[in-house]
Amino acid sequence: MKPAFKILSPTAILGYGFPEESFRRAIAEKPDLIAVDGGSSDPGPYYLGAGKAFTDRTGVKRDLRFMITEGVKHGIPVVIGTAGGSGAAPHLEWCRQIVLEIAAEANLSFKMAVIPTDVSKDVVHAALDAGKIEALEFVPPLTHEAIDATTNLVAQMGVEPFIAALKAGAQVVLGGRAYDPSCFAALPIMLGYDEGLALHCGKILECAAIAATPGSGSDCAMGILDETGFVLKTFSDERKFTPESAAAHTLYEKSDPYMLPGPGGVLNLRECKFEDIGNGQVRVTGSRHEHTPYKVKLEGSRPVGFRTVAIAGVRDPIMIKSIEEILQAVRQRVENNLGANADAKVFFHIYGKNGVMGDLEPVKQTQTHELGIVIEVVAPTQEAADTVCSLTRSTLLHYGYPGRVATAGNLALPFSPSDIRAGVVFEFSVYHLMDLPQEDLFPFHMQQVTPQGVTA
Amino acid sequence: MKYGILDIARVVRSKNSGPFELVLDIMFKDHKIFETLRETKQINKELIAAAYRLTPEDIHNIVWFAPAHAVKVVMHRRIVSGAPGDSDVYGAQQHAPLLGLTFEL
Repeated sequence: MKPAFKILSPTAILGYGFPEESFRRAIAEKPDLIAVDGGSSDPGPYYLGAGKAFTDRTGVKRDLRFMITEGVKHGIPVVIGTAGGSGAAPHLEWCRQIVLEIAAEANLSFKMAVIPTDVSKDVVHAALDAGKIEALEFVPPLTHEAIDATTNLVAQMGVEPFIAALKAGAQVVLGGRAYDPSCFAALPIMLGYDEGLALHCGKILECAAIAATPGSGSDCAMGILDETGFVLKTFSDERKFTPESAAAHTLYEKSDPYMLPGPGGVLNLRECKFEDIGNGQVRVTGSRHEHTPYKVKLEGSRPVGFRTVAIAGVRDPIMIKSIEEILQAVRQRVENNLGANADAKVFFHIYGKNGVMGDLEPVKQTQTHELGIVIEVVAPTQEAADTVCSLTRSTLLHYGYPGRVATAGNLALPFSPSDIRAGVVFEFSVYHLMDLPQEDLFPFHMQQVTPQGVTA
Repeated sequence: MKYGILDIARVVRSKNSGPFELVLDIMFKDHKIFETLRETKQINKELIAAAYRLTPEDIHNIVWFAPAHAVKVVMHRRIVSGAPGDSDVYGAQQHAPLLGLTFEL
């Protein structure tokens, strides 16, 4: 009979924080693993494409300091998936620098494995030519042009690269882009625990206490694996797991809650049971992992232009009543005056009307007494975006619509300057499955971290 | 008897499932309500399409998930998350048309 294996997930995303008290109580239970999901594609294509973290550096450092200090002190492996938010080389390096600062400040020495998950464009071009790329649902087919335009191209790794790093004796594993459950499931799978249970446990723990009730992305959760199931618990008196909360989380962000595909397999939850065992704890059984041909999910973003925005309010009821016609006329006038900037795209986000749902908004006639308008311009250069945003804003400000009585200006501009440069705009360019071209696609680099820096 | 969705559901939400897909989740208050709605087939592609002024073909899939007493609706995002012109990068505020639905119980 295997002993219970305790996985601590301190927070839903590295940098989102956790109460120190919860963390201390969790550490007192002597976890066998501290693991955390460092990222997500939810915040959109910019962060991956630009190589920037969507989490705050101070927050990430604070969370990591607790995890690494306690992990090193007690010899508990610390495993981080999707470091830096998107897991590409610049994100991994950003997070590595934070770890080195913590080692220096807390006077710590340990072995750290770093696992890059960037995929060479040559590999992806070759896979595309060989018919080894598959578009996911609703995703257009991949093209060589899209691959070339992509700035950062990563693959979601499974448990295998983490296992290789842990087998080599890493105290801390800093992983690039990873399938969310991998960083939690790797060590228990390496030790012989059931893959289905370990991956399902990781699937729930990747959002930490979000799967409890009341949910929180900024509090600790623990999964305790044994040979036939796992138990979920929290460390804050205000929160508990219920069968509904744990099951509901399984549903989250998934298109089919019974069959969750990942690298090399599908997590089959058709026979899965969630059982209340008291004290705010839930026992989960019946999760099965079924092997499938090994594919990895590729993710990439490419730049598509530069953005400038202006924010304005409208309170005039005559203008609100015919806002659609007015914006249409302004758009026409702007388009007639674009000249060399004909490639610019102008978008009006009309809050109070359909700013949130756009064409999907079923309410066609707004009853509001005021509107918020965001003028968004995306153009091939920042200067062109500035020019077209300025033109659109000034045209709308002074447009003489039918029935107008307020002839001094149509917009309440909250800021001076009114126009805001928002920089490079990215879009997802790669979101496809690729046959794993080689077993060791994600080799790790082992580093000896000391307070003075990396020595080997 | 007619019930509003808020009388019978405890969670009504929307979210991306990846940048290209939008999912709507309705979690019912108990298993009996879940079973009744599943068996009576009141939640179908036509109902969801009408709420969003779409055609039933635009609704990709409807999945019932007993452990959470929940039903999930899958559709494609009309603008990929974060691409120019998008209005909801996380897809977290696309659920409101569901709040007006009523059901026979």
